[in-house]
Amino acid sequence: MKKQKLSKFQIWLRDGTPWIWFNAGAVTISVLMLFGLLVILGVNGLSHFWPRDVMRAVYTLPTADGIEEPVEIIGEIISSEETESARLQGSGLLLNADQEILQRQLIRFGNRDLGSADFGWIFPQYLSEQSWPEDITVLERREWSDFYGRLQSLQENGQTLAVADPFEELQRRLQRTEAIHAEINAIEDGEIARINWSMEQLRLGERRLQLEGNNSAEIISTIRAERQTLLLEFEAVQSQLNALYRDLERDTAQFEAANGVAVTIFLADIVRAYRPNAMGVVAKLGVYFEKLAEFLTTEPREANTEGGIFPAIFGTVVMVLLMSVFVTPFGVVAAIYLREYAHQGFLTRLIRIAVNNLAGVPSIVYGVFGLGFFIYFVGGEIDQAFYPEALPAPTFGTPGLLWASLTLALLTVPVVIVATEEGLARIPRSLREGSLALGATKFETIVQVIFPMASPAMMTGLILAVARAAGEVAPLMLVGVVKLAPALPVNGIYPYVHLDQKFMHLGYHIYDVGFQSPNIEAARPLVFATALLLVIVIATLNFAAAALRNRLREKYKTLDV
Amino acid sequence: MNADEELAAASQQEQGASLSDDDSLETCIEIKDLNLYYARDVHALKNITLDIPRNKVTAFIGPSGCGKSSLLRCFNRMNDLIDDCQIDGKIRIDGENIYAKRIDVANLRRRVGMVFQKPNPFPKSIYDNVAYGLRIQGMKSRRVLDEIVENSLRAAALWDEVKDRLDRNALELSGGQQQRLVIARTIAVEPEVLLLDEPASALDPISTLKIEELINELRRKYTILIVTHNMQQAARVSDYAAFMDMGSLIEYDSTDTLFTNPSKRKTEDYITGRYG
Repeated sequence: MKKQKLSKFQIWLRDGTPWIWFNAGAVTISVLMLFGLLVILGVNGLSHFWPRDVMRAVYTLPTADGIEEPVEIIGEIISSEETESARLQGSGLLLNADQEILQRQLIRFGNRDLGSADFGWIFPQYLSEQSWPEDITVLERREWSDFYGRLQSLQENGQTLAVADPFEELQRRLQRTEAIHAEINAIEDGEIARINWSMEQLRLGERRLQLEGNNSAEIISTIRAERQTLLLEFEAVQSQLNALYRDLERDTAQFEAANGVAVTIFLADIVRAYRPNAMGVVAKLGVYFEKLAEFLTTEPREANTEGGIFPAIFGTVVMVLLMSVFVTPFGVVAAIYLREYAHQGFLTRLIRIAVNNLAGVPSIVYGVFGLGFFIYFVGGEIDQAFYPEALPAPTFGTPGLLWASLTLALLTVPVVIVATEEGLARIPRSLREGSLALGATKFETIVQVIFPMASPAMMTGLILAVARAAGEVAPLMLVGVVKLAPALPVNGIYPYVHLDQKFMHLGYHIYDVGFQSPNIEAARPLVFATALLLVIVIATLNFAAAALRNRLREKYKTLDV
Repeated sequence: MNADEELAAASQQEQGASLSDDDSLETCIEIKDLNLYYARDVHALKNITLDIPRNKVTAFIGPSGCGKSSLLRCFNRMNDLIDDCQIDGKIRIDGENIYAKRIDVANLRRRVGMVFQKPNPFPKSIYDNVAYGLRIQGMKSRRVLDEIVENSLRAAALWDEVKDRLDRNALELSGGQQQRLVIARTIAVEPEVLLLDEPASALDPISTLKIEELINELRRKYTILIVTHNMQQAARVSDYAAFMDMGSLIEYDSTDTLFTNPSKRKTEDYITGRYG
């Protein structure tokens, strides 16, 4: 027999080496893309909270008529890039044409209340007297975004205070205003909210009596009396609030912004004051984590471009949990019928194909369905039947948490059905027969043996459902998510969980901050930070479900078949 | 011999067999003209007629696909689970037609216990496995359950090996122990008939021996029907043996007679290893 001699290349091909490389390459690229995503989100999002040093310099931009007007600038350097000078000249800037490529820097000037743009590009070659003075103070404010300037003096009721270190005194007094703010918030979210709710209940009660036709003079007068008590309570609380608001206005601070502009700022408007140029790394880390914690735990300010995203985190988690509560029993029961009871014929196959295809329907279609069916039809009927006194203002006939959860449950139910069915199909026939042979009925067999053994598969379905639902945005815009809803859907007012309430969602928040924001440069890092957080929230929910699944798997590990 | 001639004559007429010549034998299961079809065109059992005596071990032997397992699964109506499986003819257990409409299948299966080829304990604790059938029947008293679990495990010769770890997962047991656990689980519900479908075929020789010893113990209380591929096993454990081929009952006799002096050529060929 003639033995064919193989070249090295042929041997290399035959033993599958290129195939292994190809596979390993695919895995590597996937892993790299995933890590790249996380790194990009992390770097762009998390660096935003770092207190950068603040530069002070004199900027002299050449003009057409040769008169150069030096201006003082104070601000943070955000980024720098190289641009073609031809393009800049084309847009009306007069620059030296001998350089083709120009360096330019993005500076955050802050001080929007003084009429300057929050962000602006400068050319570092025209900078002079660059310095990093330690006394420059950065203020995070409740309005008008950040402020950069030098603290001159502090006033109490208009009287300038004679203190050795005004910055230290400022910090001390900021704690006081912070405490007053907390008190005001507590009153507004507690007492005022309760009184408003009671007033609304009274109004609805009166309207209900009117609709029922038994609004006798006696009842009306009772309601009036109650309303009167509430109004008195309200006035008492209101005067308490007014006193607090007056307290807030006690202290002011005198600042000098760039170019010697004097500014008076109420301490009540300041969230945080720090001097980055004077701080070491440890102090900066302190401010960093303080800002990060604020981002995670507070409400948004300034059209969502500042403050925190807590309501969005909360809304996302509550909605996903509610969805899980709806989708799991529903999907599991449907799968058990399809796999265990239904005759495995043409119709069952057709239904199975239809279910699988439902998973591929674009999510916005579910949104439209949710709006049309849940909100207009079901919600409208509920309002007619149970909340006629509130009409024409809808109670459930309007987008809200319940409808968003139900819409997403509908969107994800195919996933749960498919996963559960696969789990049921994997249970060995011998176990079913073993149970039946002991005199158990089919129902008892399903409840006692099959259901526990299929529970890990059900959890897999739930994990996939959660992953899909938490990242979904499009249908939510139609059925309950809004740009700003600082009131959480779960609070201390009866009935504690407000299923009819609109809520915030991280996915929609990303869209809103990224595309609808008036201050794009300020919003951009928040887009990354929010995206990172959304990934973390989904991962956390998934890990929780996966941990539960692994426990169930351990408990009901099947025979080796 | 008179009885032999009678038997031979009976089976030649395709009427199956009866062993009524022995007065001590009481018929437990009576099978008459049983036909079984899978998917309309596969005729898996053909005109089976035979009587199975009470409190004896009856073995079914024959080549693969001869229908012995199908026949066994008729006695507790396990074939009901298979779509397109059609059965006609009669099976009477204690004189009661088990294919009658008013029969409670779950109750029938409690009375006719079955042990399968591969051990199939539930992924629950040893205790819960044995108590499963009782709990299904609504037994809640912990004291009674404890007692029956212990007795069943003793009867299945497993108690000494597992008494200290009743709460451990049954899947931690060895294959032979699992099979004895399944037997304990089956006898816990106090059946009258035990169906053993090749109960030792997935086990090692030592475990097989233990199962066979167990069958010898159990024969006093139960009517046992065993399907086996292993001729030595059939010879060792059974009192009566039925040889089946291609869905038909070829010969049915006391085990001694069937193995030493078979009346049919086919049976002899199979037993001596020339066929099958």
